[in-house]
Amino acid sequence: MNAPLKSFEFRREREASWRELENLVGIAEKKGLKSLPAEQLLRLPSLYRAALSSLSVARSISLDQNVVGYLESLCARAYFQVYGARSNFFESVGQFFAVSFPAAVRSAFWPIMIAGFWMTLGLTIGFLLVQASPDWYYSFVPADLAGDRTPASSTESLRRTLFDGADTAERLYVFATFLFTHNSKVALMAFALGFALGVPTILLMFYNGLILGAFLALFDGHGLLGDLGGWLSVHGTTEILAIILCGGGGLVLARAIIFPDQNSRLDSLARRGRAAGTLAVGAVMMLLVAGLLEGFVRQLVTDTAVRYTIGGLMLAFWLTYFTFSGRGHSDGDD
Amino acid sequence: MATTSTRVTPNQPAPAARPKGERRIVTPEGVPLTFQLAERGERAAAVLIDLVIMLVALGAVVLSFVFVSWQLGFSEIIIGVTLLLFFLIRTFYFVYFELRWQGATPGKRALGLRVIDRKGGYLRPDAVFARNILREVELFLPLTLLLAGPEQGSSAWVNLLTLGWLSVFILLPFFNKDRLRAGDVIAGTWVVSAPKTLLLSDVAAGAKAKQGPNQTAAPEFPFSRSQLEIYGIYELQTLEDVLRQKGPQTQETLREVTLRVQRKIGWTGEEKVDYRRFLEAFYAALRAHLESRLLFGERRENKHDRKGPPGSADGPGATGS
Repeated sequence: MNAPLKSFEFRREREASWRELENLVGIAEKKGLKSLPAEQLLRLPSLYRAALSSLSVARSISLDQNVVGYLESLCARAYFQVYGARSNFFESVGQFFAVSFPAAVRSAFWPIMIAGFWMTLGLTIGFLLVQASPDWYYSFVPADLAGDRTPASSTESLRRTLFDGADTAERLYVFATFLFTHNSKVALMAFALGFALGVPTILLMFYNGLILGAFLALFDGHGLLGDLGGWLSVHGTTEILAIILCGGGGLVLARAIIFPDQNSRLDSLARRGRAAGTLAVGAVMMLLVAGLLEGFVRQLVTDTAVRYTIGGLMLAFWLTYFTFSGRGHSDGDD
Repeated sequence: MATTSTRVTPNQPAPAARPKGERRIVTPEGVPLTFQLAERGERAAAVLIDLVIMLVALGAVVLSFVFVSWQLGFSEIIIGVTLLLFFLIRTFYFVYFELRWQGATPGKRALGLRVIDRKGGYLRPDAVFARNILREVELFLPLTLLLAGPEQGSSAWVNLLTLGWLSVFILLPFFNKDRLRAGDVIAGTWVVSAPKTLLLSDVAAGAKAKQGPNQTAAPEFPFSRSQLEIYGIYELQTLEDVLRQKGPQTQETLREVTLRVQRKIGWTGEEKVDYRRFLEAFYAALRAHLESRLLFGERRENKHDRKGPPGSADGPGATGS
């Protein structure tokens, strides 16, 4: 009864390469993959594959649980290094804007359209209701958002809210950042609420439309609709688009929950969720741009025609960007 | 809920009931790897560490803000920059580290946690973005509400609704077996703990060395085939654990185990043996035996596993313990 211990020989033959991999992974864990010299970095994948094959063999021939446990843990650690996030932070950000974001927008075309539809519907209803009876205005627009823009305000004071600000440039930085933080919160809510089957997202879209419609009706009543349009369009084309994108992202989530594809709900949520998340991050970046436009450009440029031009150019820019950027790049998606 | 495809290859029998919280992914190379899901408490601790680090970073920003405005005079632009830095830290802290450190943030690293793809592929940047964007609603919004109190002017039922909604997010990890938070759900990720296991010396190596290079010499402790057929893999690995133990009680444990094994296998050799040497020899012989059976496709899980080798009709005479 003196059978040679195969697993013992197996271990003796391969132990050196396991130790080498362990050493490399240890360095990479401590100081990052970049700290490895080129030739060692090149050895990492092949050592990792060798360790994986050792693990498969060990599982079937070895009863030494320490060896199997060690290989499991070693392979897992090497796996993190080999299959962890592939690119560095700035590369990913670049890739994000060049390819992922516009691609996510294109793939979510219909949900975005639906979100846009509900906002437009809200806008129309808000506009018509406030036009018919200004009292509706108070029900739609929260007091802190309205400020001194209420049906009780005079035409002159309304006009001032549109063209004021050029002399108070100092305070704009704060204002811009405040608006940005506020808006991104709303947008992210619209996105995250997609989890609740999308109903709150649609409500949020509709409600934002109502507020907008109420504003328009208010200024229209004083003959200031054209000027308000200019005031809004500077940042609004970017901001409203961003909020609609977030709403679209929320609806993508909702669709994945309600109508899963051939996979399980969780799987289809994971597949679509990544694209929806991309949409939301991109929209936050757009809101950053909108905040800057709103805080600086709108307050410094007070000519309505120029405001329209800027707003129109921004819109044209976004549409071109979403339509054409990153086309032909395969995202490597499943 | 476990969504991994547990591909069972012929030489890899389906494991019996897996321990709770163990998940298996199949790497792109086709080899299944087992991971232990991180405990909810560990994850909470990791987030807490990260929050403290962020708080320190924010504190540094505020301090430098104070310093700059003290040096250069107060200016509104400094507030703007400060607010922007706040935003950047809040939004990109997690994204930055999870991309840079292969799915770990400082807090996760301190606790040995990692984010992995549930399907076993690359942890993709968009997954990192997606799982962290939801922190806005899962983490930062509740925190703001908690610290700043409800927004002024909002009615009570709105606050209640917000609270209810937020708790759905916060409590989500408690309501699924995979301990996914909303961000993990939409990004298709798991958070697993990855402890390091050290490679210890082979227990059988001791027996080999003592046996000497001359394989043909009669072994110190001869075991018959039927003696080796009493135990299974479970007992072998328990014996491995015993032999790896270190501590004051070891000698006593070894004595007890030796006596038990001897009684069980009907040991007729010399009575006075060195316990460790006897057990190491028995371990080596048993492992060699079981591994050679393994090569013929027979896996004897434990002593109650009665599918004996085809040759011996009566099988192992295991009767209770």
